[in-house]
Amino acid sequence: MDQTLLTGNVAAAWGARLASVDYIPAFPITPQTEIIETLGGWVDSGEMPGRMVTLESEHSMLTAAGAAAATGVRVFSATSSQGLLHAMEMLYTVSGWRAPFVLVNVSRGLSAPITLEADHNDILAARDSGFLQIHCADCQEVLDGVLLAYRLAEDPGVRLPVLVNLDGFYLSFTREPVALPDPADVARFLPPFDPGNIRFAASSPESQAVAVLGGSPYSYFRYETHLAAQNALAVYERVADEFETLFGRQRHAVEAYRTGDADIVFYMMGSFATKAREAVDRLREAGQKVGLLRPRLLRPFPADAIAEALAGAQGVAVIDQNLSLGQGGVLHTELGASLYGRRGAPPILTSFIGGLGGREITPEEFYQIAAVTREAVATGQAPPPRLLYTESELREIRKLQAVAQVEREETTPLRWSGESSRGEDQA
Amino acid sequence: MSDARINRMKDLPSTHLLGTGTPMCSGCGGLEALHEIYDVLGEKTVFVNAAGCMTLLSVYPFTPFRGSWLYTAMASAPAGAQGVRDALDILLEQDRMPPEDDLQVVVLTGDGSAYGMGMSATSGAMDRNLDFIYLCYDNEGYGNTGQQYSSATPHGAITSTSRGSRGYPGYKKDLFSIWAAHDPAYVATVIGSEPLDLARKIEKAKTIRGPRMIIALAPCPTGWDYDPKLSVEIGKLAVKTGVWPLKEYEDGAVTHTRIPRNRPPVEEYLKLQGRFAHLFEPARNEEMIADIQSRVDHYWERVSSD
Repeated sequence: MDQTLLTGNVAAAWGARLASVDYIPAFPITPQTEIIETLGGWVDSGEMPGRMVTLESEHSMLTAAGAAAATGVRVFSATSSQGLLHAMEMLYTVSGWRAPFVLVNVSRGLSAPITLEADHNDILAARDSGFLQIHCADCQEVLDGVLLAYRLAEDPGVRLPVLVNLDGFYLSFTREPVALPDPADVARFLPPFDPGNIRFAASSPESQAVAVLGGSPYSYFRYETHLAAQNALAVYERVADEFETLFGRQRHAVEAYRTGDADIVFYMMGSFATKAREAVDRLREAGQKVGLLRPRLLRPFPADAIAEALAGAQGVAVIDQNLSLGQGGVLHTELGASLYGRRGAPPILTSFIGGLGGREITPEEFYQIAAVTREAVATGQAPPPRLLYTESELREIRKLQAVAQVEREETTPLRWSGESSRGEDQA
Repeated sequence: MSDARINRMKDLPSTHLLGTGTPMCSGCGGLEALHEIYDVLGEKTVFVNAAGCMTLLSVYPFTPFRGSWLYTAMASAPAGAQGVRDALDILLEQDRMPPEDDLQVVVLTGDGSAYGMGMSATSGAMDRNLDFIYLCYDNEGYGNTGQQYSSATPHGAITSTSRGSRGYPGYKKDLFSIWAAHDPAYVATVIGSEPLDLARKIEKAKTIRGPRMIIALAPCPTGWDYDPKLSVEIGKLAVKTGVWPLKEYEDGAVTHTRIPRNRPPVEEYLKLQGRFAHLFEPARNEEMIADIQSRVDHYWERVSSD
């Protein structure tokens, strides 16, 4: 299979193109824009059939995406960060419509302060929305993830929208060798979308997304949607097996790297997990039994596969590239909840917050995380959650604060003297 | 349109399509207009709805519509219409749907969405020349939540968030002009109490492609505080007194479809409604009544000088 150098964004666009999507409602936002520019170029040149429309907001973009999927066409869209949050009302809404389509999110830290680089607070804000979530660690996974996502979304036992996540900058703008699957193989893997009876046509009137009155019908439909999301677990593994047969790449719900005999396991998701993989190799060379567990699928949550992979480990170091303010790391919380009370679960979970707003996580930090976790295993006591942040970083921040202070004092003396002179006039 | 199918009252459709037994209030002017509009538009329609009173038309497992329905959210019904229209076009282009299965896409929202939260999505739909009909039932406040003032509320009206002796201090936003400034295919004001004027406009809108924007003033017994039996009379007075101009915009020009002669004073319209009772009791507020009258007079002076 030929490989070509693609950014994560262009790999996402190729996923949509190979999936023969009919409709692309779009809205630009850094670092996602290259996806819609690439697709727009293909649609304009006729290389790709389909229709692309730029809406006036992500809220409208998601509404149009859901409405088009509910009318019976295959829909693709992409966003990031503030855009995902601006669309949040519609994320919950269109998943409730059971409108199957694929939305790529290019992760980027959330405002305030406003920033451009990656962390996972944006995608995790959509955690409970009813969108299923596939998290990618490299550009090949982005392309593959889009194809897997359509199979998952459109499965009659699922019928839910799927988010495919890639990290801004680290994947969105990084070129990696990507194998472009043969379109004929993709067509075998992903047949045309069959909307079934969920569509709009004059000959078969349909009321979709109607109101309900009272908690009983509401509970019924919400729980039914939850069960559909849970169905997606078995469907995903079946589809991933099929994918592996056709394309030769393993895409299981969790990636377990050297966990077999590991006593310490790193647990994290996204592109930064490739840094952890590198650290695992270095630590193994140093004689430490360390592994990495990375969920590709976060919703539905592959709790059994995770517990199975962690059986035998003494300590799990959870590295969260997100921060639930006032609580801590989201993955740490979820992993703890899913392991608690399970026979053979690792006795120690440690929690590290790192990579916020694209902040690097260095090899030395991974080594220290392993050491801290090993120490916790030895003492039977997990330390409090820790932010990965160095003294030199703190020193740089202090310098910026000092500059800000000087600038304030230098540029505001007139305002201060003005106020005091007004005071004297009144006196 | 000289060749219009609907010229006289007896030309109005005699079959009524919208089902009965909806949870709308008795005397709802919005429902009255919707009944009349649906009869002209017919069953090959999909209504794309935003949060408002009429969201309660389709409550599981019932609907009064013989055609289709999609509830979206308060801010983005026109974007929902975009998705449905584009998807229908794709299905038609690719022969995945027979032409007779095509649908007229109709956005249905109240003034809360149309004048405020949904305005950006509406503007975008007009920018993109979306082929759809927008029907705003304008009851001049957030009616479904108990008539708080909106930017469609008229000056001086008491609402549940403007209870003071001077009522709502702002002035009703001119949505017709804002819409017309986008130069869509068609903009019109209608009211259910003038069914012939309404039917002729909807019939015209039906034959045009592009954005067709309709605002129906919707007398509201609960929100405006009057006996439901007065809805038609209040609607007629809104037109006669000149408070609600019946007009349309096409090809860059505004045409008034009814120019009221010998306009009765606006107070005849105001005094039937509890929301304006404070202008008359315990003492007449001459200043505010005169202000409201002069604004109406000024509007019609500009019309006659055009």
